[in-house]
Amino acid sequence: MVRRSPLTLAGAVVIAFFVLVAALAPWLAVESPIAQDLSQRLAPPSLQHPFGTDSLGRDVYSRVVYGARISVVSGVAVVTAAFAFGIAAGTLAGWRAGWWDETLMRVTDMFLAFPSLVLALAISAILRPSLTNALIAIAVVSWPPYGRLNRAQVLSLRSRDYIEAARAEGATDLVIIVRHLIPNAIAPLLVQGTLDVGNIILISAGLSFIGFGAQPPTPEWGLMVSEGRSFLMEQWWIATFPAVAILLLVLGFNLVGDGIRDVLDPRLRAR
Amino acid sequence: MSLSRFLARRTGLTLFVLFGVTVITFALSHVVPADPVVAYLGDHAPPDLVEKVRHELGLDRPLPVQFVIYLDGLLHGNLGISVMDTRPVSQDLAQYLPATVELSTAAMLVAILIGIPTGIVSALHKDGWPDQVARVFALGGASLPVFYVALLLLGLLYSRLGVLPGPGQLSLFTSPPPVITGMVAVDALLSGDWPALGDALRHLVLPAFVLGYYSTGIITRMTRSSLLEVMRQDYVRTARAKGVVERRVVLRHALRNALLPTVTVIGLTYGSLLSGAVLTETIFSWPGIGRYATNSVTNIDIPAVLGVTLVIAFIYSVANLVVDVLYAYLDPQIRYT
Repeated sequence: MVRRSPLTLAGAVVIAFFVLVAALAPWLAVESPIAQDLSQRLAPPSLQHPFGTDSLGRDVYSRVVYGARISVVSGVAVVTAAFAFGIAAGTLAGWRAGWWDETLMRVTDMFLAFPSLVLALAISAILRPSLTNALIAIAVVSWPPYGRLNRAQVLSLRSRDYIEAARAEGATDLVIIVRHLIPNAIAPLLVQGTLDVGNIILISAGLSFIGFGAQPPTPEWGLMVSEGRSFLMEQWWIATFPAVAILLLVLGFNLVGDGIRDVLDPRLRAR
Repeated sequence: MSLSRFLARRTGLTLFVLFGVTVITFALSHVVPADPVVAYLGDHAPPDLVEKVRHELGLDRPLPVQFVIYLDGLLHGNLGISVMDTRPVSQDLAQYLPATVELSTAAMLVAILIGIPTGIVSALHKDGWPDQVARVFALGGASLPVFYVALLLLGLLYSRLGVLPGPGQLSLFTSPPPVITGMVAVDALLSGDWPALGDALRHLVLPAFVLGYYSTGIITRMTRSSLLEVMRQDYVRTARAKGVVERRVVLRHALRNALLPTVTVIGLTYGSLLSGAVLTETIFSWPGIGRYATNSVTNIDIPAVLGVTLVIAFIYSVANLVVDVLYAYLDPQIRYT
């Protein structure tokens, strides 16, 4: 896979880089991401401020570094929540079958009918705008594909011999599900997860940009682009560095997701 | 299953989903922490007036009764009254929807015109450098923060260079064409108003490109993978064996069959365009339902927020239904399940 597709590898390297930056943010940042210094406002990139300063004299480089934490954690947290909920709903539907299956699948149909950003916008309007509420809203719209994938897996696994064997040994439903079913059903969901993280980061940055996600003075990338928008032509560094960070991180996830999809696509496998 | 039974089942399913969508929006409207009556009348309204309006709006009735009233209203096209402009939400949406349809259709055209040729080039040079370049280009579209690109292009091409017009659908000095469809470019064309048509198209270029580039990625990738699959089929080998020129094999024999899955993806992408339209319209001051959605969220105008959510979900579901039916109609091999 790596030999055939250097771009997939490049994507993985980019993700690893940002995870590292997020983990080491306190050591990489040169200043506090929210410390204001009005005497230094709108300073262009220099040795002291590698990415310049914003309209409140905050160091853009330090804010971008801390922003990596927010974006990486947001993306992973939302996917994990959608994952957990999808596994619960999908397992219940596939295992119980019948009425449960029909009901749960129609519920996923209903949630799939909403474009994600639009429902997320409605939910963050009703709850108070905050990063947490934005992430809850995105999780609410992201779980149905996981539920459907997991249901399909469970349906195909439930009548396998090893499940029958476990049952014959007297294992309870719960043990069969946790020990045998979920571990064997999880692979396609992990792929879906990789494909989703990039898009989730993009949506949450978009929500923050229009004011319904992270609130000032949080060093969130979408919010930073919004704060730099009126200075874009003169003090380009304020909005451009966080925007480039979003692009690189999301592109990293998309390259890896696309690479995995290519490898797993049976239609493209060499005969 | 016959085609007609498939159609009946698929339509029934869509109706059921639409019912569920109204349940979800109704439920959302009842978890609002703010009192909608107080929001409507203002903080200092006398308590007895609040109670009177609450009674008039039916908000003191049991929830199931309220849901039936809500549903009855929906069936009569009543989406409630907007708090922002005190007009019926349905009237607002009818006014703003055409601009969104115009923008997303133009964006879709951009995505198709860039996406399909890029996908073909990618497939023909699988794993070669043109494929890698096309891959980065296509996935880049799905990775760019739309809001930044929009601001940057506006700043460069409008503020700095002045080669393209700024936000909005028409310039300040262009008199708008008579309203026929509500889509400015279409109206200008229909009424033969050439200056307005030129102006409208120039205003459409940037937002349509910004919105369309986002969807280019998925169209490119789909065209590539389905073309690669088709190219391995026997009939393509037969065509080659007959001595048909490679260019003709691809364009006449393979591409036709490869485009079917791409058509599905294009239909499904229309829904995600509506999501992208929220950000694009907000930045380009495009008077569509996306900008209406952000405005109503900013003003905590709950009836407007839920109305626009509901309408977008309806459009999305119906688009999916149309795609499924078209697909079943186009491909005789499909199993109706």
